[in-house]
Amino acid sequence: MRGIEIRNITKDYGSTRALDNVSVNIEYGRIYGLLGRNGAGKSTLVNIISNRIFATEGQVLIDGEPAKENDKALSKLFTMSESNLLPQDMKVGQAIELTKEFYPDMNTECAYELAKEFGLDLKKKLQSLSTGYTTIVKDILGLTCNADYVIFDEPVLGLDANHRELFYKKLIERYSDYGGTFIVSTHLIDECASLIERAIIIDSGKLLMDSDTEDILAGAYTVTGAAAAVASYAEGKEIIGSDSVGGLKSVYIKGQPENVPAGLEVSKASLQNIFIRLTNTDEENNA
Amino acid sequence: MELRFDSDKPIFQQLAEWISDNIIRGAFAEGSQIPSTTEISVTYKVNPATALKAVNILVDKGVIYKKRGLGMFVAEGACEKLMHERQEEFYGSYIKTMLEEAEKLGLTKQQLIEMIERG
Repeated sequence: MRGIEIRNITKDYGSTRALDNVSVNIEYGRIYGLLGRNGAGKSTLVNIISNRIFATEGQVLIDGEPAKENDKALSKLFTMSESNLLPQDMKVGQAIELTKEFYPDMNTECAYELAKEFGLDLKKKLQSLSTGYTTIVKDILGLTCNADYVIFDEPVLGLDANHRELFYKKLIERYSDYGGTFIVSTHLIDECASLIERAIIIDSGKLLMDSDTEDILAGAYTVTGAAAAVASYAEGKEIIGSDSVGGLKSVYIKGQPENVPAGLEVSKASLQNIFIRLTNTDEENNA
Repeated sequence: MELRFDSDKPIFQQLAEWISDNIIRGAFAEGSQIPSTTEISVTYKVNPATALKAVNILVDKGVIYKKRGLGMFVAEGACEKLMHERQEEFYGSYIKTMLEEAEKLGLTKQQLIEMIERG
């Protein structure tokens, strides 16, 4: 099978279980969102896929081959991780050339063009870059390396609004022109909701959801109105969460609206709202 | 260019409506080429599969057609077709909603008619 198969991955740090029996298939040729709160296990999963840390149990296959200690399989994967693996006294231009050594299909010309568009100085040393530009360097490497599987880990960290927009547009351009598989791990869900075809949601180390974004959105709705009327409508339905302001109440419900009484307003829930309700703790939901 | 997606409808549907609006307004004239799915997805930051889905709705309706290797074009008669379709929808999407809102506000039939005439 072409794709990344994550099979029953469990990762323990001492007595803490960071990932608990996570299984997901990532198909070649799509844009995925890897969504989770801080500490949910996103980075742990990304690090296991890219062989930076080892799973306690389970296995990752890239195009059917075990990824662990397998250079051939791992050469198909580029991970833009938060940890800085490049020598910090290296200049930006050198970092681009060095990456080309590991990813022979990399389009360095395009990388230099992107650097210009982002206003990135190629002669600067990596260690002297701001948080935003440190992210941009890694984004550019990910966008131009032409690996079959590219994982962006918080790709807009420290970027201003203009650069965030530019990054999203370049990502779609690359994807449209060359295909490939992109996994965007982020907690800025609203910004990338329209971009991702499929969402993988991780919460407290467990896989909470793995569905097409469109299906997630079509599978939930919000009902708003007078608290008592909303509560009586919602009774017996699968409630994801709720909000209230004064006597006004909104309830997020799974499924499709049916026979909603007059006076109640039905609307679709955004991906971000569904995500928040699904991953809130009980205390947060009642706050 | 700005297109604000509201969350009430799937994005592909909103994109299809955006293209239709532009055909009705004459911005995309009959016989002329419309933006490619790549251009649409880059401009509005949507997944190319979503843009393709929007375009395919309009292809199925016979409003636009694809020319292999050249792109997508607005079909002859597309504007009339879309106008007719919108007129059909007008009752459900505007009149019915207006009457419901009017009832909520306690407006009489006479008051409503006067407002419509006032324009």
